[in-house]
Amino acid sequence: MPIDFRSRDGILRFFRVLTGFVLTIALTFLGLLAITFFIGRVVPIDPVLAVVGDRATQEQYDAMKIAMGLDRPLILQFVSYVGDVVQGDLGRSVSTNRLVAEDLARVFPATLEMATIGIIIGVGLGVPMGVTAAAHQGSWLDQGIRVLALLGYSVPAFWLGLVGLALFYASLGWVSGPGRVDIFYDGVVDPVTGLLLVDSILAGDWEVFRNALSHLVLPAAILGFFSLAYIARMTRSFMLDQLGQEYITTARVKGVSEWRVIWVHAFAPIRVPLITVIGLSYAGLLEGSVMIETVFSWPGIGNYLTVALLNADMNAVLGATLIIGAVFIGINKTSDVLYRVLDPRST
Amino acid sequence: MSARDWLLDESPNSRMQANAGRFYRMGLALLRNPLAVLGALIILLLIATAVFAPWIAPESPVGQMLDRRLLPPSSANWMGTDELGRDIFSRVVYGARITLMIVALVAIIAAPLGLIIGAVAGYFGGWVDKLLMGFTDIFLSMPKLILALAFVAALGPGIENAIIAIAITAWPAYARIARAETITFRSSEFISAVKLVGASDARIIGLHVVPLCMSSMIVRVTLDMAGIILTAAGLGFLGLGAQPPLPEWGAMISRGRVFILDQWWVATMPGFAIILVSLGFCFLGDGLRDVLDPKQAGKS
Repeated sequence: MPIDFRSRDGILRFFRVLTGFVLTIALTFLGLLAITFFIGRVVPIDPVLAVVGDRATQEQYDAMKIAMGLDRPLILQFVSYVGDVVQGDLGRSVSTNRLVAEDLARVFPATLEMATIGIIIGVGLGVPMGVTAAAHQGSWLDQGIRVLALLGYSVPAFWLGLVGLALFYASLGWVSGPGRVDIFYDGVVDPVTGLLLVDSILAGDWEVFRNALSHLVLPAAILGFFSLAYIARMTRSFMLDQLGQEYITTARVKGVSEWRVIWVHAFAPIRVPLITVIGLSYAGLLEGSVMIETVFSWPGIGNYLTVALLNADMNAVLGATLIIGAVFIGINKTSDVLYRVLDPRST
Repeated sequence: MSARDWLLDESPNSRMQANAGRFYRMGLALLRNPLAVLGALIILLLIATAVFAPWIAPESPVGQMLDRRLLPPSSANWMGTDELGRDIFSRVVYGARITLMIVALVAIIAAPLGLIIGAVAGYFGGWVDKLLMGFTDIFLSMPKLILALAFVAALGPGIENAIIAIAITAWPAYARIARAETITFRSSEFISAVKLVGASDARIIGLHVVPLCMSSMIVRVTLDMAGIILTAAGLGFLGLGAQPPLPEWGAMISRGRVFILDQWWVATMPGFAIILVSLGFCFLGDGLRDVLDPKQAGKS
């Protein structure tokens, strides 16, 4: 039933839905915090020992344990952990010796830039491919798209990245290699948004823009391929649902052109569920970028996470996990809400 | 009466005949799907390779021969040799054992866990359902790979911890499916009948609810296998999964990364093995879904 804002009941209902939604998100975030807190606790490295060193006496050890608040009950420790995180305090990274929150703010735009270009590629190719496959169900075209999409579920991202580098960078020389920009251009434009493409346009420096683009295109295309696989499969499935309906037959009987039947009549109702799918795969790309960034030495959050993992830098690991998790949950829930708002049947 | 007639009998005389007939029909339906057959063949190949690895592999997977480092593929070393002079083909063959072990263990840990949680939530409903599913949903909305990474970071690198970490992130999807299935027949007459006879809740869930969830679970587990293989290989690639000298495919790619520009075969060959096996599970899963879950048939 659609929400009717003209009546008092309608407005009340809207607020009830809204409170329910806010509550779910809050609970999910709390769950995420509980998981990172738990992971931080089960680490075999003793956090007190890490600070005082193994030559400390028992008194020094106990004093530091109290100073760090680790003698308190778990639940109180969790409450203060949540308090710290809410205030943006994620601790200090052992390997970079900076605040984890500052590090994350610095590396996040690089990931965002790559994932955004990736999702644009994924949607731009995946949706038309899914629609085409559905329109020619059972044909060789459909089978080809199906195998291509299944490859997206079967090829390791890091392997595709390596092969892509060997082929398009080393052999063919079509794109630039690892990294975000050539060292020569590093730091030429002032970071305004942190998105290098946007910053170089703002600075009017087309040389940097071209260089950054030639670095970005390969990792973004590989990332986009994985979202393409999912988007094409889901689009095909949604389209098949619609094309089997009677209103499509009616439209055809009336003599509407096939192109119009597919792209106007059948495509219109699947736009709403597609938004959810695109939201989900965008969130998935932020996660998938971990492997790609490692292969391409892309200075984003995924690379930051893996470097921290190898250095057993737990503050950085948990901080990055928390941020990726929060963005992931945020996008997930937002697309969920968008779906409900746009599809009146679902509320 | 031929065996085929007995299997296809419309009015079976025993439970065994009914079950045998059902499996026979499913097998026939699966055989009509060429991609599913291909998938099943690939999985059989994986299992056979894992079982007969010592007979298939021409050399030991860990035997180093430093005088023949980084040789390109040839008739003697089909996939070339790596930086320690080990035969890559032999390592890929032995790697099948590790991959099979990982997917089997993750499935054995995660699927029953999700199945029980989902069946209990769906069967009891009310606050039990709300509590369990709330918990499941929280886990479900986390990024799986990142969570697995963080868990391995905490538990320490190694193949056992990688398996545990993947299983921890895999169960919520199964709980959701089991609950959805359970709810559809929770209030049906045969459940009420068993209840009336005096069966305990545990007995009803174990003997009557869980078996009915099995088919959709099998489909989902098969479809998830590709993702599990990729995650395990990814952990291996990052150095958090199987440790050297274990011939795990992801770890092998990671070792070959340094040589990718000149000795491409070191990193590429294990990748083909991962793709082949993952595709096999995808094909088989798609086919199984068409057979076991006709509602979804023909879609995606």
